[in-house]
Amino acid sequence: MSDDWRMLTLIGKDAPGIVAGVTTALAGSGVILGETSMLRLGGNFTVMMMIAGDASDEDLRRMLKPVVSTHAMRLHIDPIDAHLHQHLVPNVQVTVSGADRVGIVAQVTSALAEGGFNILDLDSDVAGSEDKPVYILLISGIASESVEEVEERLDSLRRSGVSVNVSAIDTYIG
Amino acid sequence: MSLQSTPISGSGVAVLEILQLPDPRLKQVSEPVAAFDDALQRFIDDLEETRCNGPAAVGIAAPQVGMFKRVVIIDCSNTRKPVPNHGHLILVNPEITHWEGFEPGREGCLSVPDYTGNVIRATRIRLSAQNREGAAVEYDMQGYEARAAQHEIDHLDGMLFVDRVVSRRTDLFRRKVYQKGGAKKT
Repeated sequence: MSDDWRMLTLIGKDAPGIVAGVTTALAGSGVILGETSMLRLGGNFTVMMMIAGDASDEDLRRMLKPVVSTHAMRLHIDPIDAHLHQHLVPNVQVTVSGADRVGIVAQVTSALAEGGFNILDLDSDVAGSEDKPVYILLISGIASESVEEVEERLDSLRRSGVSVNVSAIDTYIG
Repeated sequence: MSLQSTPISGSGVAVLEILQLPDPRLKQVSEPVAAFDDALQRFIDDLEETRCNGPAAVGIAAPQVGMFKRVVIIDCSNTRKPVPNHGHLILVNPEITHWEGFEPGREGCLSVPDYTGNVIRATRIRLSAQNREGAAVEYDMQGYEARAAQHEIDHLDGMLFVDRVVSRRTDLFRRKVYQKGGAKKT
């Protein structure tokens, strides 16, 4: 397997068929995919894909032009230093929810960073209604401290009225 | 038995080769055990040796080593934080007779290296089985141990956790209901 990876990033208005259009064009160029992540964010299609193959960036742009133009998308292709089979397994999950306000993510992640917490995955969403938005943040990662110590680091947030849950992730291997 | 194995010098037991995806044999449905004979006892010893040899394996199922018999081993007595458990269990012909509740939890598998994912499992189960001598046993299991039993029994039905894995976002929207699954027994 090649270690000569590039990261392809595509964003645009979401519509059915974008993934099919993109991956078909890539496959037609002999490109293989590594790890990929597609998310809908605010009604937008977003995807990041590890890609490898002989096709040049220009070849890829040409092959992808029909789908990119049709959906008025923005495309980036960047060289990256990447390898497959480098997965880390999270051992702690942090869930935060509360009335939406500026700085929740900054506060949570700064508190976690002080304890050396390595964030592997972060999802956030705004639930509730337009007049009462609720921010929900889900983080999983590797903590070198105990669950109790991580909780203690997030105590000040809890006191400010934000709901914080810290739980151990015990991955079952069988 | 014609399993590939690595004998352990002087001990009489062996570490068996673990089948890994995309080996199609992992999709095979295992047959009930009818004879609780010496061959079964030797196989169980080898299966346990293989489990202990794996990286942090809590459980193992016979089809993971190419033996398509309904035998699993789980041991949830040695987790990072203690969980309710019944100790080291050798379960022959296990059947889950009751399910309750559901929750996502992270799983990995000796047969699927370098991948972990969230799977929704029942939180409480009742399980009937036979022990290695053939005597009937029954357990009420919860949480991590219930997850272990469901993961291993899935192997007996040709199901892997990657067949059940759900999106990481599912944690936020716990709406799925656990369904009794597994490939149809033939």
